[in-house]
Amino acid sequence: MYSPQIILEAALNGLMTGAVYALIALGLTLIYGVLHIINFAHGALLTCAMFAVWVAWAWLGMDPYLAILPLVPLMFVLGYGLQRFVIGPASHGDDGNILLVTLGLSIVLENVLLAVFQSDTRTLDTDYSFQVVALGPLLLSYPRLIGLGVAVVVTGLLWLVLNRTDTGKAIRAVAKEKLGANLVGIDVPHVYAVTFGLGCACLAVAAGLLMPTFYVNPRIGGAFVLVAFTVVVLGGMGSLPGALLGGLFIGVVESLCGLFLGDSLGQIGIFLIFIAVLLVRPTGLFGAKA
Amino acid sequence: MTARDLIPIAVLTVLAALLPLVVTSSLVLNFLVFMLIVALGAQGWNILGGFGGQFSFGHAAFFGTGAYVTAILQLRYGVNAWAGLVLAVAAGAAVGWVIGFLSFRSRLRGSYFALVTLAFAEVFRIIANAASFTGGAAGLLIKLDVRAANLQFDDRAVFYWLVLAFVVSVLLLTRWIQRSRFGAQLVAVRENEDAAKALGVNALTVKLRAIALSGGVTALSGCLYAQYFLYIDANIAYGSWISVELLLAPIIGGVGTVFGPVVGALTLHGLGEVAKQFAGRIPGIDLIVFGGVLVLAVAFARGGILGLLERLRDRGRGMVTRGPKEVSHAGR
Repeated sequence: MYSPQIILEAALNGLMTGAVYALIALGLTLIYGVLHIINFAHGALLTCAMFAVWVAWAWLGMDPYLAILPLVPLMFVLGYGLQRFVIGPASHGDDGNILLVTLGLSIVLENVLLAVFQSDTRTLDTDYSFQVVALGPLLLSYPRLIGLGVAVVVTGLLWLVLNRTDTGKAIRAVAKEKLGANLVGIDVPHVYAVTFGLGCACLAVAAGLLMPTFYVNPRIGGAFVLVAFTVVVLGGMGSLPGALLGGLFIGVVESLCGLFLGDSLGQIGIFLIFIAVLLVRPTGLFGAKA
Repeated sequence: MTARDLIPIAVLTVLAALLPLVVTSSLVLNFLVFMLIVALGAQGWNILGGFGGQFSFGHAAFFGTGAYVTAILQLRYGVNAWAGLVLAVAAGAAVGWVIGFLSFRSRLRGSYFALVTLAFAEVFRIIANAASFTGGAAGLLIKLDVRAANLQFDDRAVFYWLVLAFVVSVLLLTRWIQRSRFGAQLVAVRENEDAAKALGVNALTVKLRAIALSGGVTALSGCLYAQYFLYIDANIAYGSWISVELLLAPIIGGVGTVFGPVVGALTLHGLGEVAKQFAGRIPGIDLIVFGGVLVLAVAFARGGILGLLERLRDRGRGMVTRGPKEVSHAGR
């Protein structure tokens, strides 16, 4: 049997991994909530951001946490441009089309990264990569603890942007009633693109938090995006608190499944939850409407 | 079906069947066989996605089931390969029915259906990758024993003709679906499920029939893949690459048309090969082309290549130009 300490430690580690899942899911759920689309390119965009962090470290010697600062506006601009000039015009406003366009984008992005960086797995090391913090008898990874903290702060900031600024008001208006928002003079394509940009900016933060303890290769996004879908569906599509709680929960589930079932089967718990939630309650735990 | 329906299929069959007599390069034949296997699986996707409007992002679940059932039956139980092929198709149809039953009964449509199929395929992949019954991560190697009874042939051309025969059979099946009452109901469900229900169409039954047929056909392509390459592992059989391929071909060729998947598979892999010729050293160049073509097709050619050709023809005849065929897959 496993001692309670090991289980607790696994659960806490999962909680901290889950915080990063939550950040990734935050972008996805924001985009879903406003544009009502499932962004299949989310994983590939995350991979782009992770490579950007790696490049900043390997070529410029920049600390991965510091790299978040320039990367957030960069990813915002990338996301804004993609939605405004590629996804929006190409999909003619049809859901099925948007799925396909974002799928096509993800294939292109992933393979461009493959062409540039080859399929090697890359890591970066910082002096705090393996640092631990003692919490009573438990040893917690320092970079992951930072991840947890930043994820909570970013969720709070995003909530503030949505609820306390004019841009946020416009975003919420478009999410609720596109036509009405258009009538009162809100530039809907612009708001769509801003939302997409914000979703991508979340990925920049997630990438910076991941890189000190994780690795990157051109295919890595796929692993995260499915987890992020699960989080989004579990938390309710479009719900920010849902994404945060869902992410933390999924992180714990994955960690515990990994502990009890072994690494190769660890992820299966996530997908079974995913399927179960979709089949039983597709609006998720926090979703308001179908 | 009328004679007019069958003539294009007959012409295409004869032309394709004569090809190995002209082309003897085993490299080209290899390409053609692989392309036809993809086309066959894509035809399966098209029955559900094209005619039924249910976009699956996880047809690997059926492709892999076909491949694994045929390999495991031969390796572990000594079942004859042809019998294995029949059972693989049955297994694919059964898996399709179960996935369909679970998701359609929960009224999953559109993006939600796409996600749930993706998740099912991933679950299959993880299990196949971990279980020793399926050979685990090492995969399964079908023993090389070249005999017609084992579905293994000395001559690549024979395998080509075999796959071609299946592709043509499914062309006929699709043409029949298109002309049948079942097909009409399926299209009605795609266009407007509520309206179809109001007219007395049992949407659940129609969709279940479509996904079972679709699963069976795609499992057949998986089975042929295993028999041709004689090796499978979880990332090949249940990998997302095959889900994407099977979806791309009909979309590029012409979604919900009889010839769309074949045209799409030929175009995509043709373009992929050309790209490799020009930039062979760049890994993933063919996939960059695939993704780019997908975005362009959605942006500028909603009916795929066949839709474009149709519009060109209409314009040539001086008819009023029609807009791209409006196919709504909205379903939130």
